[in-house]
Amino acid sequence: MSNNHVIKVEGLTKMFGDFTAVNAITFEVKKGEIFGFLGANGAGKTTAMKMLIGISTPTAGKANVAGFDVFTNAEDIKKNIGYMSQKFALYDDLTVKENITFFGGIYGLSRKEIKGKSEILIKELEMEKAANKLVGSLPLGWKQKLSFSVSLLHDPKIVFLDEPTGGVDPITRRQFWEMIYKTANRGTTVFVTTHYMDEAEYCDRVSIMVNGTIEALDTPKKLKERFKTDTMNDVFLKLARG
Amino acid sequence: MSITVSNISKSYKTVKALQDISFTVKEGELFGLIGPDGAGKTTLFRILTTLLIADEGTATVTGFEVVSEYKKIRNSVGYMPGKFSLYQDLTVEENLEFFATIFGTTIEENYGLIKDIYVQIAPFKDRRAGKLSGGMKQKLALCCALIHKPKVLFLDEPTTGVDPVSRKEFWEMLKRLQQKGITILVSTPYMDEAALCDRIALIQDGKILEIDTPNAIVKHYTKQIYNVRANNVYQLITSLNTYEHSHSVYPFGEYVHYTDKRADFNPEDLLLYLESKKLSDIEIEKTQTTIEDTFMELAK
Repeated sequence: MSNNHVIKVEGLTKMFGDFTAVNAITFEVKKGEIFGFLGANGAGKTTAMKMLIGISTPTAGKANVAGFDVFTNAEDIKKNIGYMSQKFALYDDLTVKENITFFGGIYGLSRKEIKGKSEILIKELEMEKAANKLVGSLPLGWKQKLSFSVSLLHDPKIVFLDEPTGGVDPITRRQFWEMIYKTANRGTTVFVTTHYMDEAEYCDRVSIMVNGTIEALDTPKKLKERFKTDTMNDVFLKLARG
Repeated sequence: MSITVSNISKSYKTVKALQDISFTVKEGELFGLIGPDGAGKTTLFRILTTLLIADEGTATVTGFEVVSEYKKIRNSVGYMPGKFSLYQDLTVEENLEFFATIFGTTIEENYGLIKDIYVQIAPFKDRRAGKLSGGMKQKLALCCALIHKPKVLFLDEPTTGVDPVSRKEFWEMLKRLQQKGITILVSTPYMDEAALCDRIALIQDGKILEIDTPNAIVKHYTKQIYNVRANNVYQLITSLNTYEHSHSVYPFGEYVHYTDKRADFNPEDLLLYLESKKLSDIEIEKTQTTIEDTFMELAK
């Protein structure tokens, strides 16, 4: 794998009995890239993502993530990536600070590192006043921003975001994307799924899955040219409706 | 009037979920409640569907008062909560039969109303509801909310987490239901869906910011918005945010929407400024206001 690619996938396949959930997908993601992973509900996105983050073993094909093989080094992948699930996964009855300390510990950071990171993170999120509040009492948008920051605590090479902005208000949604840009600008690869097609436009490249296969993969600009339309929404509708 | 809400307030301990909310929905209208998570949308739905009692104010649905005549309301409305609330262990068909039975009707009697939607999930009628995909669950929930032929349909964030294809299909279904004379109150965090409603209320922090038709709401926005683009989006956003004359900066698809504080704003000035920040391939052009722009301005 060249140093420039942090994800390299070839013919990756996952079958459940007779059903092929992911059918021989092939793609690469570059360092520092914002990669949009789109598809209709049930197209196979979540299954594909689970293989990439090392929690589901593929049926066939090859995949290398952050320098590790998904078949033989799944545990190393988990240590070297960040993951934010669409379901909120921080502890509601711990405070902001306690959550950061807890996850810092899980990721194997030292006490000193945790203290330093925790201060920077709270300042960047402008959550100084909420630092000692229970996470459960925070608005959804704050929780999502905190979750994202926590998934980056151990400086992973890649962060996987599974529908991070669902239901979030328009202003917070944009603040969230500013955080994504900032993260990518620092060299961390961002692999993101979304149902907001305006967010697909924010990605460097976008792949669209239909029935287990990747039907299109390119920059938003080129995809719009190819499908002769002005919006990613139309590109998506044309592809997914067949 | 199909729904009237007069000075409704509701608090949970110290949180004011709804503050003095008033509006009406006409018969046969498709009315949208547009606002983020935590705005108070679900509390309002629960009051109108008689599952929660307001601290202050009154409301009627299909002419009945929500507290004293709650039983009559329950028979004449359909409610699809935001959280999937069907029986996961019952099959698609069993769920539908269950809802038909408790409302004293049969699937056959009102099949015409749900046919368009039900045929799409019929191939899975023997599958347990818990095993359905998101889009199919949503269609089943809509069928269950419709099976007793309600006069008013309450849909709490029916399209959250649903892909664009299914969202489009869902709205086409709503339009067809509206043509059959059903009044629909729907909430959504997707601003593009607001444009599909007859009238909308923008709601945030328990207060209504504005109520009108989508077109009229957009016209209330007085500032000229500019589409700005450059070679590096992140640097563009940070540069625009630190520009002393900037009023608002929001990423918007392939562009950034920018408004300026000055009445006599000249885009040439902004171009020079962005060039001084080492940005290239800069484009600045006027653009149309959307509901999302209006919402963000009001919510600021």
